[in-house]
Amino acid sequence: MLSRTADSLYWMGRYTERAGNIARGMQVALRMSGLAGSLGGAHDEWRNLLVAAGAEPGFKATGRAVAAEAVIGWLALDPDNPSSIANCIEAARGNGRAVRTALTVDMWEALNDTWREMRARSASAAGADALPAFLDWVRARTLLFNGAAADTMLRDEGWLFVHLGVMLERADNTARLLDAKHRALSGPNAEGGLAYAEWQALLRSVSALRAFQWLYHTRLEPRLIVELMLFRSELPRSLISCHRRVLHALESVADRTGGRRGDPQRIAAEINDALLKGRVEDVLSRGLHDWLTGQIDRNIELGNSIQSLYLNG
Amino acid sequence: MNQIGSNQPTRAFDEMQDAAGVRAAYAGIAGWIARHGVGALAAKRTEAEALFRRVGITFAVYGEGGDPERLIPFDVIPRILARAEWDRLARGLTQRVKALNAFIADVYAGQEIVKAGRVPAALIAENEAFCRPMIGFAPPAGVYCHISGIDLVRTGPDDFYVLEDNCRTPSGVSYMLENREAMLRLFPTLCSDHRLAPVSHYPEELLETLKEAAPPNCTGTPCVAVLTPGHFNSAYYEHCFLADEMGVEVVEGADLFVEQDVVYMRTTAGPKRVDVLYRRVDDDFLDPKVFRPESMLGVPGIFGAYRAGNVTLANAPGAGIADDKAIYPFVPEMIRFYLGEEPLLQNVPTYLCERDEDRAYVLANLDKLVVKLARGSGGYGMLVGPHSTTEQQAEFAARIRAKPQDYIAQPTLALSTVPTLAEHGIASRHVDLRPYVLMGKEVRIVPGGLTRVALREGSLVVNSSQGGGTKDTWVVEDGTGFDGGSPSQSQSQRQGG
Repeated sequence: MLSRTADSLYWMGRYTERAGNIARGMQVALRMSGLAGSLGGAHDEWRNLLVAAGAEPGFKATGRAVAAEAVIGWLALDPDNPSSIANCIEAARGNGRAVRTALTVDMWEALNDTWREMRARSASAAGADALPAFLDWVRARTLLFNGAAADTMLRDEGWLFVHLGVMLERADNTARLLDAKHRALSGPNAEGGLAYAEWQALLRSVSALRAFQWLYHTRLEPRLIVELMLFRSELPRSLISCHRRVLHALESVADRTGGRRGDPQRIAAEINDALLKGRVEDVLSRGLHDWLTGQIDRNIELGNSIQSLYLNG
Repeated sequence: MNQIGSNQPTRAFDEMQDAAGVRAAYAGIAGWIARHGVGALAAKRTEAEALFRRVGITFAVYGEGGDPERLIPFDVIPRILARAEWDRLARGLTQRVKALNAFIADVYAGQEIVKAGRVPAALIAENEAFCRPMIGFAPPAGVYCHISGIDLVRTGPDDFYVLEDNCRTPSGVSYMLENREAMLRLFPTLCSDHRLAPVSHYPEELLETLKEAAPPNCTGTPCVAVLTPGHFNSAYYEHCFLADEMGVEVVEGADLFVEQDVVYMRTTAGPKRVDVLYRRVDDDFLDPKVFRPESMLGVPGIFGAYRAGNVTLANAPGAGIADDKAIYPFVPEMIRFYLGEEPLLQNVPTYLCERDEDRAYVLANLDKLVVKLARGSGGYGMLVGPHSTTEQQAEFAARIRAKPQDYIAQPTLALSTVPTLAEHGIASRHVDLRPYVLMGKEVRIVPGGLTRVALREGSLVVNSSQGGGTKDTWVVEDGTGFDGGSPSQSQSQRQGG
């Protein structure tokens, strides 16, 4: 497969997933900022989200103060933020369009209709009252695209690169969402009613609030939440689930490209190994934020190696 | 030079019906229309549109917003040529393309035709399409125009004229293929009754042609790819379609790189050597090291790889010298010079205003002629005599006197018509024909070609951007086309008008 085609498919997957993930993050922040006296106030809620989304430096450069309305605008619609939901949708569709013949009709329609509806929505789409519905819509569109890809795409190299993009992005997102809440999960603030609400919101963002109950049959507690989101393979958005699929996709790509293996397979295998052997106690004793920062760095390293071995050609 | 303007019939030649009634090749379709009526035809048109959309046969113009996929109007009434008519055309096309290829080879070698005084030296040396880097280089198998599109018009039962040669990157062949697919689905019985000459093997013939042009340093099966300017190009759909049909990659400039005069494409399995490029990128943009330095569409170093015998470019750079408007009048002379034969296909008589005798005739007959710029394309700087005012004619007379070498003139031709489903029933519309001629070690032509139809009443313009559509082109064996339907049995015959 041409490197350019693989590149477009991979980034189409990443950007589609990212749009959904930004929406998930915003839903948590929205829920928390509505609660009186949240940790550090609503202000912190939005700052944490900016940091988690990797969107803080860009936002700072605008000179605007960290306030709900400004951050929401930046994350949802701002054309100057490369990872705003609107830009993710634009970039996903642009990549898909460039390799239109490599997509199924269902995938293209999911992508193109999202783009068309996004353009039809006015700036007020992300206004206070319209925001929850808008975020639900974005999540639903990402689910639709993933469903169209999973259900209609030929299982060839093209599929592997779409899947690889989605899974790597999702792994990265789970780590970032958890990191945004590390203060509520460890340290002096990790108890009480407010912390509890934070934990609930966090689990909701990865569609795992009910899953927690099914797996643990107990009250929420930080140790179990961290274990669920990092190490439980039953949860499809856990770090280990995503990275297992990343490794599998990379091995399949290698098999289909004459057995050539390199840094991507090595790094992905190392990450998987560490996650398999990982224990939540070790993570918490090292410090959750520290551990997650290391994990996010490894994701970036893996992304760069995929780019240089397969996508840049 | 003959003037065909004077003995023009007052009405255009209709390919379905002449004074003696329905012409033999059209008996089958005329019978179908008589039996089923215009309503059925309109229903087929609706079906065709749904089909084109469903199968994904759309000619994509991914504009920003709106319907991203536009359909070029498709007319369900086919344009039909009898086998004998086609065979004659095919012989003429083969002859013409061989001569054009020989001319290009000569232009970049000894220019014998100039030395013989048959073509003026200045027409070549000062021509924008003349590609200096090609001088002294002979491409693989001696082929320059691997794919040509020759535009033909018809004015009578036996009168075909070449309107234009296209030796660079002619497009539209995907319409030819997909129109046939549509007709086979819409009219299965009618098609099989006619024993149509097939066209669907065109991509195989194209691939075979490209493989035959493999460069000298290629060992083993040549790796072929289609080089496209990218998805914003209006023919991008066709580039992908042809690549898909041939089972080869469609690449952009950035997908390729040159190392030590060898061209590679970047793949997920590492660099892969490319031997033959069917390039749909214009000469100027092919290689920033040799042509336009600012080009982002091309591949730096690809021309060096070409000259080193490591890759074949089809068509060859500089092939456009043969389809230039100022060169066109000399094509019959090329056929005599290189092949020692008389031309089988006629040129439209063309007056070169730089010749005193021709200029005098043009100036005296501006109201009857079409005056065009000798170089450049499109409708800019064009005078259509019969539709012009005396002021416009005076203005053109002044322009021609000032720069006679810039202008050529041709008589206005009465283009043939074929019945076409218009808004209010069936009506006569003007058509042209573009057959695609492939040249490898031998010449291959898929029978027929692309028929373009001017959908506006009276219009002679067949371009899709200006209300043009397409028809399927049938080449039928003589003696077929009669499917036994007797028009007198039909109630709805009068609707067929």
